[in-house]
This record gives sequence, structure tokens and C-alpha cells, in this order.
Amino acid sequence: MMITDFLFFAFAGVVIASALGVVASRNPVHSALFLVLTFFSCSAIWLMLEAEFLAITLVLVYVGAVMVLFLFVVMMLDINVAKMREGFVSYLPVGIVFAVLMLAVMVYVVGPVGPDVMGTAALDNAVRQAADYSNTEALGEVLYTDYVLAFEIAAVILLVAIIAAITLTLRRRPTTKYQTPGKQIKVKRDDRLKVIKSDAEVLK
Amino acid sequence: MDTSVIGLTSYLTLAAILFAISVAGIFLNRKNIVVLLMCIELMLLAANINFVAFSYFLNDLSGQVFVFFILTVAAAEAAIGLAILVTLFRSRKTIDVEELDSLKG
Repeated sequence: MMITDFLFFAFAGVVIASALGVVASRNPVHSALFLVLTFFSCSAIWLMLEAEFLAITLVLVYVGAVMVLFLFVVMMLDINVAKMREGFVSYLPVGIVFAVLMLAVMVYVVGPVGPDVMGTAALDNAVRQAADYSNTEALGEVLYTDYVLAFEIAAVILLVAIIAAITLTLRRRPTTKYQTPGKQIKVKRDDRLKVIKSDAEVLK
Repeated sequence: MDTSVIGLTSYLTLAAILFAISVAGIFLNRKNIVVLLMCIELMLLAANINFVAFSYFLNDLSGQVFVFFILTVAAAEAAIGLAILVTLFRSRKTIDVEELDSLKG
């Protein structure tokens, strides 16, 4: 056992425990906070796999943006927690049975027990990179050459997401009065001003 | 004391456990859409762990590029999903899945 093995088991334990917390906690706010902990410890595991850029991205994008969005929505909506928990116990057996069955099949195929049909146990072409190796630089090199089209499509997807989120949540209240700049600009002098002819009066 | 016991199978098993937990979560929290979305995020994370682990053990950077794109799409999905959730809550005053049955014939 190396020190990295202990680290892996520690972080994997935190990942699994906090994932259980996401699923089982009573309050959606607690679920979101447990999900933050899951992402954090998962990013530590990615660091051990020498995916430094993605580990930092996971913390910045997920914990910094997506989870804050989740917390924002959870706190904005007025959720009746007790009503939401109805049926938790009655679905518990079927949920556990389903999860255990899926886990058994997946572990049988790729896990340490079973016939190792995929040949994953012996697969190890890992290369420990030198200390001056930059994961970000290597990732950027393939991202901007081989995958440049996919990269641009990803940018378009993000643009679509921005527009969709704004158009979905933007609302116009009928009771509120708004300025319409187009109409303001189109106004002519004759719409507002009326010149009246009147006879001159002599002041005494 | 100097041989590592963790290999590719350890990471794959961790991802499998995470995926199974999130499947169970979808069964258990089937009334609350917010927690359902969180479970979907957990599933994507499990898939990403697989990609990163294979990328490391095959010494191939393509897996990490895929994780990058999955993160992008997942962020877009979360933003649009939560926006739909907010409009849904505005019009129906509930996010209970069982009560969102107006399309039922």
C-alpha cells in the first residue's frame, strides 16, 4: 500500500458517503451542499489521475457556478419538504434492489471480482509525467487542433443555453409600466405640440 | 509497501458505485425535481470518472477532452433545466412530479 492508495480510499469514501447524503437527506439545500462535497473529493481523485486542468475546472465550473445556481433555485422555490418526502420509504426497497442489481452487473463486468471480460485488470499503460509537464498545455494543444470544431460547437451550445435560460425566465408583468424607446424616438413635433392662432389683445 | 493496489478497476468500481447510488436516488426522490436533477449530475460525474480513469491508464488525452465537452453540455443542461423549473413553479406553484399531469388524457 502506497500513500496514494490511502488517499484514494479516503477520497473515494468521502465521494460515496456524500453521494448517499445527496440521495438521502431530507432538505434539498443539504442535498446541494452534499453534492458540492462530492464534486470536491472527486476533483481530488482526478488530481491523482493527473487530470489537473479538469480537476480545477470541476471545482470552478461545478462548485462555483452550477451548484450555486442549484442552491439559488432551491432557496428561491418554496418547497414543502415534508410532502416531497412522501413515498421515500415505500420506494426504498425497489430502489435499493435496482441499485444493487445494477452495481452487481457493472462490478461483474469491470470490477475486481468476476471473470474480467473487458480485460481492465491488466490494462495499465499509465505514464507518470515529469514534474514540468503541463496538463493544461497538453490539453489545449489537442483541443485547439484536433477538436477545434467540437470546441466551437460547445461554445454555440453555451450560447444557446444562455439565450434559452434568459428567455424562459424573463417575464413581463402586465401591471408594470415600461418605456418603449422605439415609440419615444418616432414621436414627431405634431404629436405633442399644437399651435393655436389667436388674435392679439391690446393691454391697457 | 511500495506496490499500489489501486488500478483501473478501482476507479471503475468507484464510478459504478456512484452511478448505482444516483439510480437509487432517482427512485427514492421521484417527487422532487431538484433532487432528480442533482442525481443526474451525479450520474454524469460517474461517467466522467470513467473517462478520466481510462484517459490516464491508456495514456491518451482524448478522454480528458471528452470530459471537457461533457462538463460543458452538463452546465448548459443544468442552466436550462433550472430555468424550466423556475417557470414551472411560477405557473403551477409546485414542483411535485405527481401533480404535473396536465398532459394526461
